[in-house]
Amino acid sequence: MANTVSLPKVRPDDVPVVISAGFVVVILVLGTIYTLATIGTAPLLTPNYLLTQLQTGSFLGIVAAGMMVVILLGHIDLSVPWTMTAAAMMATYVGGDLAIPTGLAVGLAVGLFNGFGVAYMRIPSMIFTLGVDAVMRGLMVMLTGGFSPRTESTPLMKWLAADKILGIPVAVFVWAGVALVVATILGRTAFGKMVYATGNSESATYLSGVRTRRVVVGAFVISGLCAAVAGMLLAGYSNKAFQGMGTPYLLPAIAAVVLGGTHILGGRGRFIGTLVGVILIVLLNSVVSIMQMPDAARQVIYGLVIIVMLLVYGRTARVTS
Amino acid sequence: MSAITQGSSVSEATAPRSSAILISIKQNRGFYGAIVLLVLLYLVYNLLHPRGFTANVLIANANESAVLCFVAIAQALAVVTGGLDLSVGAVMTLTNTIASWLVRGEPWQIILGCLVTLASGTAFGFVNGLIIVYGRLQPIIATLASGAVAMGLALLLRPTPGGDVDGDLGWAATNSLRDLFETYGLFDDGEAPWLQPIAWFPVPLLIIIVVVGMVWIPLRRTVTGRTLYAIGSSEGAAYMSGLPIDRARLLAFTLAGFFAGCGGLYLAIQTGVGNADISQAGVYTLNSIAAVVLGGISLLGGIGSAVGAIFGAMILRVISFYFRVLSIDPLMQTLVEGVVLLAAVSLGTLRILRVKNRLELFR
Amino acid sequence: MALEQQTPPFVELRGVSKFYSGVRALEGVDLSCRQGSIHAILGENGAGKSTLIKIMSGVVRPDTGTVSVAGVQHQFNKPADAVRTGIVSVYQELSLIPDLTVAENISISDPPRRFGLIDSRAQTRRAEALLARIHCEDVDPRAVVRDLSLSRRQMVEIAKAIGKAPELLILDEATSALTSRDVETIYRVLDQLRQDGVGMLFISHRMHEVEALCDTLSVFRNGRHIETFAKGAHGQDEIVKLMIGRDIVHQFPPPPVPQERKPHLVVEGLRWEDRLHGVSLTVGKGEIVGLGGLDGQGQKEFLLALFGVLRGVSGTVSIEGRAASPSSPADAKGGANRIALVPEDRKTEGLMLPMSVADNLLSAAYDKVLRGPFIDPEKSRRAVADAIAKLQIKVARPDDAVATLSGGNQQKVVIAKWLMTDPGLVLLNDPTRGIDVGTKQEIYQLMRNLADQGTAILFYSTDYAELIGLCDRVLVMYDGRIVTELAGDEATEERLVAAALNIRSTDTPREGARQ
Repeated sequence: MANTVSLPKVRPDDVPVVISAGFVVVILVLGTIYTLATIGTAPLLTPNYLLTQLQTGSFLGIVAAGMMVVILLGHIDLSVPWTMTAAAMMATYVGGDLAIPTGLAVGLAVGLFNGFGVAYMRIPSMIFTLGVDAVMRGLMVMLTGGFSPRTESTPLMKWLAADKILGIPVAVFVWAGVALVVATILGRTAFGKMVYATGNSESATYLSGVRTRRVVVGAFVISGLCAAVAGMLLAGYSNKAFQGMGTPYLLPAIAAVVLGGTHILGGRGRFIGTLVGVILIVLLNSVVSIMQMPDAARQVIYGLVIIVMLLVYGRTARVTS
Repeated sequence: MSAITQGSSVSEATAPRSSAILISIKQNRGFYGAIVLLVLLYLVYNLLHPRGFTANVLIANANESAVLCFVAIAQALAVVTGGLDLSVGAVMTLTNTIASWLVRGEPWQIILGCLVTLASGTAFGFVNGLIIVYGRLQPIIATLASGAVAMGLALLLRPTPGGDVDGDLGWAATNSLRDLFETYGLFDDGEAPWLQPIAWFPVPLLIIIVVVGMVWIPLRRTVTGRTLYAIGSSEGAAYMSGLPIDRARLLAFTLAGFFAGCGGLYLAIQTGVGNADISQAGVYTLNSIAAVVLGGISLLGGIGSAVGAIFGAMILRVISFYFRVLSIDPLMQTLVEGVVLLAAVSLGTLRILRVKNRLELFR
Repeated sequence: MALEQQTPPFVELRGVSKFYSGVRALEGVDLSCRQGSIHAILGENGAGKSTLIKIMSGVVRPDTGTVSVAGVQHQFNKPADAVRTGIVSVYQELSLIPDLTVAENISISDPPRRFGLIDSRAQTRRAEALLARIHCEDVDPRAVVRDLSLSRRQMVEIAKAIGKAPELLILDEATSALTSRDVETIYRVLDQLRQDGVGMLFISHRMHEVEALCDTLSVFRNGRHIETFAKGAHGQDEIVKLMIGRDIVHQFPPPPVPQERKPHLVVEGLRWEDRLHGVSLTVGKGEIVGLGGLDGQGQKEFLLALFGVLRGVSGTVSIEGRAASPSSPADAKGGANRIALVPEDRKTEGLMLPMSVADNLLSAAYDKVLRGPFIDPEKSRRAVADAIAKLQIKVARPDDAVATLSGGNQQKVVIAKWLMTDPGLVLLNDPTRGIDVGTKQEIYQLMRNLADQGTAILFYSTDYAELIGLCDRVLVMYDGRIVTELAGDEATEERLVAAALNIRSTDTPREGARQ
């Protein structure tokens, strides 16, 4: 209920963040113990290793940032996988200076379309974005004949994804930039406050004289743009776009947002939580791969970690009337 | 007590009773619409097909549709309660890999293998239900996570496609009744005279009819089954009416696991192997939602039936048959499926044009 | 109290109290209900009637006190517990499942079975029989409840309740949605049930219904049981006086001298669906106009129509002489309209409960605290602090969730949030419901101050005392129209109650046939 015990410092919204952060430490410790016991070193704690992890984590982090805005509204964006892929494919297809603007335009268009379906036609976001994902996939398969396009990523895309400045991967700066923008929107603009308000109670927000439908469209646009950026980075990282490149990011992105304490029904959650959630998942991933567990075990561990952590703090109230 | 009925003013408003069928059509437009659409699509398909209107075509089509039908029924159970089960495709895949290890050998081993496969799907669904009901997690997110677990277990069982499901069973379950009886030497190898009028009937269709007839139809006529609809329609009213909400929701997800298990078992029998294909699992989950919507089941819950889900699944499949018969580029298939899905859900939005109090849009 | 000797009470309440977040809903209530009697519960809005029946039917648990049925003490954890003891409630279409058929709904939790499965034919026959008993043969048991009119749904609800073989039947405003023909039928059905020995608890706002039907009356006021008496022991006037009571004396700010006022809001012939049938009124600058009447006579819809929430509204609205027809609350709030609405239900329509007091206060007026595209933390901190100080909102930190505040302080947050937008016209929908007396007085003073600064205020209230004490004029609505206007000292409680209950026109045919 609402009147939770008010601890002196930790607010209710921070509890999941603290738990997740604690879990990050636990993973690091367990992983290090494992490596010390087996190979006698502690690669997990070297800056180089951590930076590499952050570099691969940045794709997920960017997707999750956009996803969070949509989840805060109580909606979800399942069109992310093929928005990523489509943006990457279109960017490499167009190439040159227009590559990145093209990719962003794809993200913008998908976001607008999703927002229109969810806000104006009031179709459940779950099904609408799922349909949009299928349409995007269909379009891309048609365009490419079902193969990976031969065109390569532009040098700028490669630089952004794979190069380093002062020893730090550029991708991490991109992630930081996106994170800063999204965090600022959520925390420092009227639009951000409206996202939280709409997620809490769309009727109360509407009655406060807010054009809630535009807020919903805006959130989907942010999600679409973030997916597009992540897709282009991923294409830069692997030199080209390929079929299904976005698919492995959907579940981890939702998981990162939810593990970071954002409520799946909307209205509550802090951006810092999503950052911690992304780091948690990236580290979980890398420890699992250091332990040389197969992809299968990784899936199981993902699922179990999400369920267990949600059982700790994600429970909903009971319906009684 | 009947005294009060005397001297009643028989009201002029007493409307002539329309027939049961008319009422049913009026109340289930989505369901009957799906039937009409399916029949039309399938008739035209057969007209276009060079060997149209033959048992062989029907058998081949039934085989291609059966797995999706089961997965769609599984999804229908969750959707009727107002939830969504994103693990159906993964559970189908998991049971598929389980079956690929167990369904072979002696007849008793085969039967036991089938039972264990179905039981594991059911058990997985039961755990989903426990997490949702007693853990009070949103079905969407709980099944998203448990689906990952199911997928991981499937990959552990079958890192690469493989297995050796009993070939006789595979033949028998994917052909006509005659072939079924011939395989097992029943009814004069399927040549018994009384059998001939129905000997052409596809076994997969029969399996679906039997399973639905034994599980769904009785369920629909219990208080628990009725509660499934009540939860989706108005959980508050269901509570006020003293209905067993927790039990019904637990049952819905358990049965979803069972039907996903049926799908996985059939897929194993049909293909002879187990294949832990992540993207295939995702496609099945997506298609199950599309099938449910096409079959006239409301995503908001409370309206629709498992039978509708079957028709929805068949519509999706028939659409894909057209690609072959019209030699359309199969690469178009995903696009067409996506567009069909979006078009189907958009029809439901006509209602918002009638809303006079805009606050009602937010409910 | 000769009444008490007839039969032992079937249901007996002793010392029952219920508080909602500190606000009294019921306190120390003793009440007995007998079988073979129709017992009316009377009281103003908020007198505690609905809490009483919620406790008796197992929807809420009392904080203190006991409920005994047929001499045995019971604790009801859910509605089904109450039904088992024979207490059955007719809700206002709350318990029907919209997507199931009439027959399924009537036998929802205990249908007739055959071989363990529901026998749908027997279920239909049962529904037909029960519907026939309440002379509702025109309802097809196979119809889906969603497709029925409000009146028909209510009849189904009654059939469902009778099907549970009640010993005590609770009817909470069960007739308010019925057409006059159905009401007649229900009278006869209830009378028959009484002869069969069923007890009934009848809650109604319509005095003539109570007079026609009941044999015992209990009056509630401010959560207390005032008196129980046999029909005829008190006249109508006395009953109204009992309901109003004399102990509530609110301190209202002194009303201004009546004066000619420049009109701010002029409404003519406003119509919407079957809820508003041509509402016309004028609110002057600096004037507080009260809207009275029973719940559900179109007051809420009228305010929503002015605020741009309803689609398909006809009639003309002008603000300061300019035509104003906002198509959304955003339109109503902005530009030259400058309308504010304090909505009916502060918990779902007025506030984002889990969010902080500060976020809620700013939610309608972020444009006032921006610097460039960003929210200026200093400006918003100051704006929030101002609002908290101005309305004396009792909150430890502005970052606290608004859900942690008391009802009165929550309502102050809703009002303060709208004052930040600097409105020219303030619409209030029963803003003092469920609020303690002290906060009420602060809100009254605040409204008067606003009016003195030239703001036009339209104020719907279910509390007659505050309509009289606070408003320059009171308009009473009935069935989507304004039926009575009472200016200044013309407004007395008796007149308002009479106008709202439509007592003067008991002989005219009912117009409540809303479907």
